[in-house]
Amino acid sequence: MTETIIDVDGLRRRYGGTDDGFEAVRGVSFTVHKGELFALLGTNGAGKTSTLEMIEGLAPAGAGSVAVLGRDPYIDRADVRPRIGIMLQEGGFPSDLTVAEMAMMWAGMMADHRPISEALEVVDLGSRTDVKIRALSGGERRRLDLALALMGRPDVLFLDEPTTGLDPQSRRAAWELIRGLLDDGTTIVLTTHYLEEAEELADRIAIMDAGRIVTSGTAAEIAAAHPARISFELDDALLRADDGAVSPRVQLPPLNAQFHTTGRRVTVHTDEVQQTLTDLLGWANERGIALTGLNVRSGSLEQAFLAVASGEHREEITA
Amino acid sequence: MTTPNQSHTPTSTPTPSPSSSAFAAVRAAGRRIRAMSRAEVRLLTRNTMAMVTALAMPALLVVFTYATSDDAVGERMELGSFITVAMTGFVLLFVVYYNLVSSYVARREELVLKRLRTSEATDFEILAGTAVPALLIGMVQVILVAVASAALLDLGVPVNPILVVVGVLGGAAVFVLLAAASTAFTRTVESAQVSTLPLVLVSMVLSGMMVPLDTYPDMLGDAARLLPLTPVVELIQLGLEGTDGTAAAADFTGTFSEALAPSAVLLVWIYLGVYAVRRWFRWEPRT
Repeated sequence: MTETIIDVDGLRRRYGGTDDGFEAVRGVSFTVHKGELFALLGTNGAGKTSTLEMIEGLAPAGAGSVAVLGRDPYIDRADVRPRIGIMLQEGGFPSDLTVAEMAMMWAGMMADHRPISEALEVVDLGSRTDVKIRALSGGERRRLDLALALMGRPDVLFLDEPTTGLDPQSRRAAWELIRGLLDDGTTIVLTTHYLEEAEELADRIAIMDAGRIVTSGTAAEIAAAHPARISFELDDALLRADDGAVSPRVQLPPLNAQFHTTGRRVTVHTDEVQQTLTDLLGWANERGIALTGLNVRSGSLEQAFLAVASGEHREEITA
Repeated sequence: MTTPNQSHTPTSTPTPSPSSSAFAAVRAAGRRIRAMSRAEVRLLTRNTMAMVTALAMPALLVVFTYATSDDAVGERMELGSFITVAMTGFVLLFVVYYNLVSSYVARREELVLKRLRTSEATDFEILAGTAVPALLIGMVQVILVAVASAALLDLGVPVNPILVVVGVLGGAAVFVLLAAASTAFTRTVESAQVSTLPLVLVSMVLSGMMVPLDTYPDMLGDAARLLPLTPVVELIQLGLEGTDGTAAAADFTGTFSEALAPSAVLLVWIYLGVYAVRRWFRWEPRT
C-alpha cells in the first residue's frame, strides 16, 4: 500500500472581501503518495502558488482541508516544518552574505541537517562558498536555494519553479538530483513553466486554470486525451484556387478528422491516427501527390496545456 | 476534514515529559534566534551607514549633551544620572528604533523575511533574530556610559535598581515593537530616514530626557507623559535618583508608588505595539 503523504481536499483561498475579493483557489483536491513527484502546472495567475502556500503551511486554508504527513501544516507547523523543505519562487537572500554564511545561518535554524559542505556540493556550489550572494548568477542563486531546501533532509519537498534561470546543463543536473531524491523516498510537489520538466520528472500532473484543477493524470494520460496531429505541405498549384484564395483545389480525402491550412501547410487533428494516416497516404498515392514535410505527432502535454490555458473548458463549465 | 496524527504516517516521535519538552523547545528557539542574529551582525558590519548610526551616533549625541549641559541640570539631579538617561534615550531611538526599521524593511524587500517564514522559526523568533544584535549593542553602550558616569560624574548607587532595569527592558520592548510597526509605512530602506523622524524628534524633545517636562505648559507636559519614551525616562530617573526632578527624592519603597503611572503607560505602549505588529506588519513587499 502506498502511503498518502499529502491530502488536499476542497481547498479554497480568497483574497480581499467576500464581495469585492478575488478567489484565487476554488476547490482544489488531490493526493500525493510517498516517493511520488506531483507537478502542478498552469499559466501565471492560475492559483498554483496560492495553493502551494496553503500546503506548505504559510497560509491557512480558506476552506477545505490539507494534511501533510497526517498533520495540518498551518496549525501543526512546529511538527510539520522540520520534515519539509520549501523552495520559493525567489530566493530571499541578504545579498551581503556569502554562500557559506547563508548556508550556515539556514542550517543553524534546523534541529538536524546535512553537513553544509555536502549540501553545497550537491548543487555544485562547493567552489563558490566564499562568494557574496550579490555576485552570484541567477542560476547559482537558484542552486543555492535548492541546496537550502535540501539542507534538512526533508521527507517532503516543495519546489516552486526550481529550474527557472538555469542553463540546460544545470537543469539536467537538477533533474538528476531530483530523481535521486525520489529514489530515496522523498515526496515532491513541483511547479514549473517547462512542460518538458514535468514530463521528465512527474509521476502525476495536474493542470490548473482560474483556481481549479482542469486536467490531471500521468503525462501520457493527459496527452492521450488530446487528438494526434498530422501535418504536411501541398504544392501551391494544388492549394491555390484560381482567384488566389487559399483553399485546397483538390478534394481532400473524406477523413474522420478536422483540417485546417496555414499557407501551404495542412494540419489534420484526429483521434484515430492510424486510420486517418492510412486514408491520407492512400489518397495521396492514388493521385500521385507528394506530401512534403509529413509529420505525425500524437497528443502532447503541451497541447493539453495550451488547451487549458486558452480557457476552452471555461465555456464548458458555464454552458 | 484534517486528519491529525493518522496512524499510518511516521509522525509519532517518542513524547518526552512536558517540562523537558518545553525546555527543549526554548533551547531550539534560542538556537534559531542565535543563527539569525549571527547573520544579522555580519550584515551590520558590512553596512557602513548602519554602523555609523549604531555606534557613533549615540556617542556623539551624548558628548554633545554633556558639553551643552548647564548648571540647571545639576540642580535637578546628578549630571551622571542625566547623561545615563540621555544615553538610554539615544540608544533606544537610534540603535534600536531607527536601525531596526531599516533592517526589517531591508529584509522584507530582499524577501528574506518571506524565506525565514518557510523555516522552523516562529514569527516572534524571526523578529527577535533581527532585533537581538541591536539590543546587545545598545545595552553595551548604555552600560559603558553608566560606568563612565559613575567614575567621572558622580553617578551614585541607584535608589531602586529594579526600576532602572524595568525602564531599560520595557523601553527596549516598546521600541522594537514600534520599529516593526513602523515598517508598515516604510517602503524602502531610504525612506526609513524620513518615516522614523517624527517619533525620534518628538521623543527627544518631549520625553524629559533632555528638557525637563515641567518647563512646558501643564497640558503639554501631561500629554508628553503619555508618549512612549517618557515612561522609560521617568522610570530610570526614579530608579537612579528617586525622583524625576520635579519632587523631592523618594526612598526605595517610595519609588514604587511613583513608578506606577509610568509603568502603566509603558504597558499600554507594549500592548499597542503588539497589536500594531499583528495587524499591520507585512512579511513581503507590496506587489
